[in-house]
Amino acid sequence: MTDQAVEREVGRRRLRKEDARLITGQTNWTDNIQVAGLLHMAILRSPMAHARVTRVDVSPALDYPNVVAAFSGADLAEGLGSLPCAWPVTEDIVLPGHPPVAVDEVRYAGDPVAVVVARDRYAAADALEAIEVDYDPLPPVLDLEAALAEGSPLVHTDKGTNRCYTWPLATGDSFAAVRDRAEVTLKRRYHQQRLIPNAMEPRAVVVTPIAASGEYTVYSATQIPHILRIMLSTVTGIPEHKLRVIAPDVGGGFGSKLQVYGEEALALAIARRLGRPVKWTESRSEGALATHHGRGMIQDVEIAATREGGLLGLKVDLLADMGAYLMLVTPGIPILGAFMYPGIYKMDAYEFTCTGVFTTRTPTDAYRGAGRPEATFAIERIMDELAAELGLDPVELRRRNWIRHEEFPYTSIAGLTYDSGNYEAATDKALALFGYDDLRAEQHRRNERGDPVRLGIGVSTYTEMCGLAPSRVLRDLRYGAGGWEAASIRMLPTGKVEVVTGTSPHGQGHETCWSQIAADVLGVPFEDVEVVHGDTRAAPQGMDTYGSRSLAVGGEAVHRAAKTVVEKARKIAAHLLEASEQDLEFSDGAFSVKGSPEARRTIQEIAFETFTNHDLPDGVEPTINAEHVVDPENFSYPHGTHLCSVEVDTETGRTRIRSYVCVDDVGRVVNPMIVEGQVHGGLAQGIAQALYEEAVYDDDGNLLSGTLADYLVPSAADLPDFVTDRTETPAVSNALGVKGVGEAGTIASTPAVVNAVVDALRPLGVRDVRMPCSPHRVWQAIQEARSGTAGGTGGTGPAQSGQSGQAARSGELGQYGRPGEEGWA
Amino acid sequence: MTHISVNVDGTTYEDEVEPRLLLAHYLRDRLGLTGTPIGCDTSNCGACTVDLDGTSVKSCSVLAVQADGCAVTTVQGLAKDGEWTALQRAFHEQHGLQCGYCTPGMIMAARDLLRENPRPEADEVRQALEGNLCRCTGYQNIVRAVLAASGPPAHQAAEEVTA
Repeated sequence: MTDQAVEREVGRRRLRKEDARLITGQTNWTDNIQVAGLLHMAILRSPMAHARVTRVDVSPALDYPNVVAAFSGADLAEGLGSLPCAWPVTEDIVLPGHPPVAVDEVRYAGDPVAVVVARDRYAAADALEAIEVDYDPLPPVLDLEAALAEGSPLVHTDKGTNRCYTWPLATGDSFAAVRDRAEVTLKRRYHQQRLIPNAMEPRAVVVTPIAASGEYTVYSATQIPHILRIMLSTVTGIPEHKLRVIAPDVGGGFGSKLQVYGEEALALAIARRLGRPVKWTESRSEGALATHHGRGMIQDVEIAATREGGLLGLKVDLLADMGAYLMLVTPGIPILGAFMYPGIYKMDAYEFTCTGVFTTRTPTDAYRGAGRPEATFAIERIMDELAAELGLDPVELRRRNWIRHEEFPYTSIAGLTYDSGNYEAATDKALALFGYDDLRAEQHRRNERGDPVRLGIGVSTYTEMCGLAPSRVLRDLRYGAGGWEAASIRMLPTGKVEVVTGTSPHGQGHETCWSQIAADVLGVPFEDVEVVHGDTRAAPQGMDTYGSRSLAVGGEAVHRAAKTVVEKARKIAAHLLEASEQDLEFSDGAFSVKGSPEARRTIQEIAFETFTNHDLPDGVEPTINAEHVVDPENFSYPHGTHLCSVEVDTETGRTRIRSYVCVDDVGRVVNPMIVEGQVHGGLAQGIAQALYEEAVYDDDGNLLSGTLADYLVPSAADLPDFVTDRTETPAVSNALGVKGVGEAGTIASTPAVVNAVVDALRPLGVRDVRMPCSPHRVWQAIQEARSGTAGGTGGTGPAQSGQSGQAARSGELGQYGRPGEEGWA
Repeated sequence: MTHISVNVDGTTYEDEVEPRLLLAHYLRDRLGLTGTPIGCDTSNCGACTVDLDGTSVKSCSVLAVQADGCAVTTVQGLAKDGEWTALQRAFHEQHGLQCGYCTPGMIMAARDLLRENPRPEADEVRQALEGNLCRCTGYQNIVRAVLAASGPPAHQAAEEVTA
């Protein structure tokens, strides 16, 4: 206990504590849990997008071997409330009820209609086929615009409308006024396709009851054990103190496990009813229907600028697909993006309106980035279009408009105070790493010689609000809780340290990073710190993990709790060293008396002596444990510049990413290895939206891409090596100077890739390619441009129709040649 | 019910199983060898990859009865006396995992690759792992890990020889 850690931990490439169990197969996934008498739950789901359920007879299932019970929605309705929505974004929002099992109407393909419980998972699945259900089909509601039209079929008949809410924001000058004085305006329509999150671990839940005392332990593959506990208590009526929720090892989430799912409530309700432990594990294809989706928006974006490229204003009209029901934060996801459409740019006017629309599809909710990738996509795509209109290099257009580093802190047009950043530095570094000028020269040469494989260069900058969230802001946004995070530090008698966190990691490496933070403040060896999380009994207070919040809020709480430990230890050190507190110095984990360094006690020794001491002075509490709850004063604002080059084969439509460079500024870095890993993974998911993934529905509302054979989660062979680098501008809104990194890669990469694809094809007259930019879509966009009918596949609406033939010719003329006049106001 | 005898990670198990029982479920639910996870139902994700008599297979696509008389190696059988294999060490050192759910399958598939091609190029690693999906890492560090666990790539090795 004498040699203390002297090397700083924060900033060090520490290998992860989490890995040992994961690479040896000793992990504790929820589905691994086996307990005596465990019953397996299987769920019969609606095969139709919309239907009245006129009869459900579960009794034939009971004749199947090893079936213990079967329930219809009506059987379960008593004692099981509606699933919660915690974010009613407007006062007049339409909040439909959401029973965990449908009772009289199903509203999406996959809506549960009955449940079987059996002794093993095969028996439960077998018995589903015996259940008899009569459906009376109703018309599906799939088109966001048609859903809002008079006379549209309704998802929730009793509500009289498919409009969930309309949420407006207008800041600065009026957009109409700046549009009048603008020399250039552009209007575009972008489609954010629905995505299926596909965390590698399917969802699972196990409930173990102690029926006699009414106590329940819920193990769930969740990102939010603390929120889940409260919500399950509300839904089932089981008192919160009788519920313990454990998130064991959780295999990824990306927002999809930031949810209170019907299956969690069902397993609990059925365990209560039967007095037996119950398990449910979704199959991948079941999850494609039943785990919430992400994105799903139509964005109408209008930008106004001067001929020199000075931005004047931005107007965004959003239609957001809620799906059939409002889940935990469904309505709030597009609102998280509302503040990010202006990105890193200065302008005089900003108007935003979002209308949430019910459809007969799987509900949407948070997916990596949650509103912010959509916002960044819209602004960064239209910035490229504006650059093309003005004949400016897209980087130069951005440079003319972004907030300069000396202007921080800067209050954005949307009202956020960006605390720090240096967009120039990140961009310059990225351009150099990318070899931007050389690539532009090569592009020019290839265009001139009419190379059938075109080179495209895509740029995206971004900032994002992360570190969710200052509670006052959440109040203003009508969110149902605060945005704080808790940590406590237990100094064990032997000097070992337990850091108890309210964050709930599922791949992020909190055990490693929180150890680094605590080790530095306490001056103890990294190895002496253990991080406790994901169990409401062991870590009772928390707001959990999502929204790139864990480090900026939860890590900050660890930091402050550790500081308090040191201050409490100082009192006891003063007693032990017979000195006054003012005369003590604390460094490298030890207190010493100024001027007599031989008189010292390490904090680990003090932990032991606090345990054994019999004669602390009056008023000195015999503990140096501490806890802290942080409510962040501001969001944090990572930023960066991403550059992508693609080669697009104009004969096959195939896109290959040739190089990808990103320079991100995520503030101070606790562990560069983990930061790099987060960026890599984020890039992969953002690129996946740009090129590969889409939840495809047919006209009847059936999900066609419901398995991993149909839904293209990219493999190693589909992705390039990334060049990642950083600049480091510390956040000033927290003591650690950290920002957040979990979502950055996803936010920036989608527009960088699509901008590159469009840049490659712009000389051919292509103005947009709708995501995912599959070979088919790209090829079709090229054919339409050639035949002068561009617009359909591109999906940019009226702005793209018309003069593509001419566009192609003028586009061939120069490096940044204007592709036509049709976008001019 | 069918009688099977399967050696898994060095232990021989005798069991009566339903003919339709998947090897993955046999390992997990019957033997309690939960180190091999299941990630999909269409054999696309590869999380459940194990070694069956020297070939990597997706254990969700093999029936337990097909493993009768065979030797199965899972990720739980790799380390000897607590000593990790080079691949396991490399995944740790190169940060080739985040949530870790795909990791057992990745390691088993990479092990199969290195058996056939001890010194692969990065592209060969990417192609070989095409049947194993990871949602966290973007694959770059997985590729690094596999390369680190292998010898130097063939062309470099040749240069070393000629130099």
